[in-house]
Amino acid sequence: MGMTITQKILAKHSGKDFVEPGELVMAEVDLALANDITGPVAIEEFKKAGGHKVFDREKIALIPDHFAPNKDIKSAELCKTLREFAKAQQIKHYYEVGRMGIEHAFLPEQGIVLPGDLVIGADSHTCTYGALGAFSTGVGSTDLAFAMMTGKCWFKVPETIKFIYHGKPNPWVTGKDLILHTIGDIGVDGALYKAMEFTGDTITHLNIDERLTMSNMAIEAGGKNGIMEPDEITLEYVKNRAKKPYEVFRSDPDAAYSDIIDYDVKKIQPKIALPHLPENVVDVEAVDNIAIDQVVIGSCTNGRLEDMRLAAKVLKGHKVHPYLRLIIIPATQQVYQDMIKEGITEIFVDAGAVVSTPTCGPCLGGYMGILAKGERAVATTNRNFVGRMGHPESEVYLSNPAVAAASAVKGRIAHPKEVVCCDI
Amino acid sequence: MIFKGKAWIYEDNIDTDVIIPARYLNTTDPKELASHCMEDLDPDFSTKVEAGDIIVAGNNFGCGSSREHAPLAIKSAGISCVVASSFARIFYRNSINIGLPILECKDCNKKIKTGDILEIDTDKGIISNITSGEIFEARPFPEFIKGIINAGGLMNYAKEVDEKCRQ
Repeated sequence: MGMTITQKILAKHSGKDFVEPGELVMAEVDLALANDITGPVAIEEFKKAGGHKVFDREKIALIPDHFAPNKDIKSAELCKTLREFAKAQQIKHYYEVGRMGIEHAFLPEQGIVLPGDLVIGADSHTCTYGALGAFSTGVGSTDLAFAMMTGKCWFKVPETIKFIYHGKPNPWVTGKDLILHTIGDIGVDGALYKAMEFTGDTITHLNIDERLTMSNMAIEAGGKNGIMEPDEITLEYVKNRAKKPYEVFRSDPDAAYSDIIDYDVKKIQPKIALPHLPENVVDVEAVDNIAIDQVVIGSCTNGRLEDMRLAAKVLKGHKVHPYLRLIIIPATQQVYQDMIKEGITEIFVDAGAVVSTPTCGPCLGGYMGILAKGERAVATTNRNFVGRMGHPESEVYLSNPAVAAASAVKGRIAHPKEVVCCDI
Repeated sequence: MIFKGKAWIYEDNIDTDVIIPARYLNTTDPKELASHCMEDLDPDFSTKVEAGDIIVAGNNFGCGSSREHAPLAIKSAGISCVVASSFARIFYRNSINIGLPILECKDCNKKIKTGDILEIDTDKGIISNITSGEIFEARPFPEFIKGIINAGGLMNYAKEVDEKCRQ
């Protein structure tokens, strides 16, 4: 019996030739990540357990991104805890405001996470790096503290669901729409405890940014990880960024899957997830006239350069609706710079959008765009739970960046073709 | 261990944003977190919950973010045990790691009412509804997880490993 790519990476990191679903393994991690919210809790646990020195100062990443630049005094204290620990332990991958980015956009961009890696992060969207062919998954602060001390984490080897996407995506359909469609199909617990493996010829049509978006939202279906086999596009992406050697793993032809689900991508149109669960997915065109107060384009899900290019394509020459706020947050400093170089920032500012420094901010209702009672937002983020972006009686609709941009112009949920005359 | 308390019934997909909204994540103080626990869904929870009470929920309890603040808020609010049809993976790990007992029991939330008095034997996985007389069987912990619990949680286990390494 062969192994899936997920099994192979777990086997390699636990010193075994073969692991099977259900087996418990203690595996070595290539990188352990925490942010300004989860890091301080992990640091506290680390100290309580008598931790003196981290297992490897080069295999830990501490990134202040959630409430940074500091949103209030309490957040400033959390960031300070992270900074002081990083300094004391000489953590290699600590990145200060002005040089950082939203962790799950930043680490792949900088070549710090690579194919074949085993990465854990005290952040649920750590599953993002599966797009590069890494096994990566979210854990809590205590697991992270344990990993900082020992370099290890325990795992139950998951069963894998294989998703096969067939065909070339329709105009305005992106990786975001494919993953929203998938979550809508299987539900928010459809992949609970399981690995999601994304395959099929459609994936080869997607750029890395779209692939990262898909893997990013595996957690929204309950998935342990969301992985793709590296291909030429992946290797081209990592070639000049990789900060260390890496290994390419692929699933065996006779690997076992708990389920195989096929999607005909030609039937998929731009999607939107209605409040208050990411599984409430419908076609954008099926939505009635829903007025919107705010649009957010950014986050670890859709704050990369391709996302910004797509939004700019829609916004160019248009104005944001008079009573609507469009908040655009490039996910990293690199994206921020590239946007300036490509004239994208100018398009956004001309349209009447505000462009922020990288932060998770509004996605989790932290700051930089909180919703009042009864307000509605279209966001390219990942969750639309009750109160996620502000008041418990506010609403969040999840979409791709083109739909978000079109909605910002129209002041209601809109299909990009309503704003742009020609399809891309 | 045996826990006794009144039940708080919740539906499927209770997410971590509802358990502890992110606007309160600028603190790590368990007591402060507890004072906001469940407030967007059930504003009465934090004032009416009593030490020993038990949450009984549907599928996918604790879905969403990895914030350990969620089980910490529940534990610090006085909840002795959470029973659900299923748990989101990260919440499940976090609860074990911080010593919040959790049990999987299918559809318990449909058969127990808010306010019913429950007695739970976590070793045997037996949930007794004292109010109605009904008995439910939960799935017991796998052996490996029992090991972590016996060590007193994950960090105590880490301490043992750390000490061995330095010897």
